[in-house]
Amino acid sequence: MDQDLSLLAELLVAFFLVVGGFFALVGSIGLIRLKDTMQRLHAPTKATTVGVGGALISSMLYFLLIENQLSFHELLITLFLFLTAPITANFIAKTYMQDKIRRKDLPESGREYGWALYDHPPEMTDESK
Amino acid sequence: MLRRVFPHPILSLTLVIVWLMLVNKVTPGNLFLGVVFGIVIPVMTAPYWPNRPALRAPLMAAEYALVVLWDIIVANFEVAAIVLFKRHDKIRSQWVVVPLELRSPEAITVLAGTITMTPGTVSATLAADGGSLLVHALDTDDPDAVRDEIKTRYERRLMEIFR
Repeated sequence: MDQDLSLLAELLVAFFLVVGGFFALVGSIGLIRLKDTMQRLHAPTKATTVGVGGALISSMLYFLLIENQLSFHELLITLFLFLTAPITANFIAKTYMQDKIRRKDLPESGREYGWALYDHPPEMTDESK
Repeated sequence: MLRRVFPHPILSLTLVIVWLMLVNKVTPGNLFLGVVFGIVIPVMTAPYWPNRPALRAPLMAAEYALVVLWDIIVANFEVAAIVLFKRHDKIRSQWVVVPLELRSPEAITVLAGTITMTPGTVSATLAADGGSLLVHALDTDDPDAVRDEIKTRYERRLMEIFR
């Protein structure tokens, strides 16, 4: 009985490791296969979240089912990853656009002011402060 | 009285929970230390973040988190399929302009982050007055549909959360 349980636990842990590894691999393949920097940004920002997520879930399951203790660090890593990944992607996107994309290649912002990369923000008035 | 000690109850609670997760062991001592952090840190950081938005609808925020989590998983499969099986000259990337109704900087930050993490879109930049968001879509025929989905699925919920 106990034997069966630990086998099941190991299978679960292994399953999530494989899923995580697969998506991390896809993220890296995307970096090579896609054409320009803006497209390449899509692969690591998304594929990697499930890649890392899979490894973290299997780590939590391992501690929960095999070592019999609850581990929260994985949830924190997930949280920090979700907070930082979009910001990194945004920095890369902006740097790339500043360098390689001219403002006429972009659609209009539909506002009085253009995109923040090329235009200054409106003067702060006392009201909007 | 309670309002004075905890001007931002949700921020304090988050700090307590994050602290307990960091030490990875729930003991009375750790809980006490967490509560101390929950009281002291919001007070200490208040000068740097004067107009903290109040979270109006915590349940709505939880629903939002679940929707986003689900979309992230879906996004992974979609992007994986595009990366692995689509001829790269057939991938039609486009810019999408999303006019924003959200005004609070925190809400716009959450929206931009969500867009980056979810199906086939990365947020690139804001209009200089913060009134619209430029989004790069990896593969789409219909930029208007992408824009409408962002507006109905995410922005509508954020409007209610950060009212």
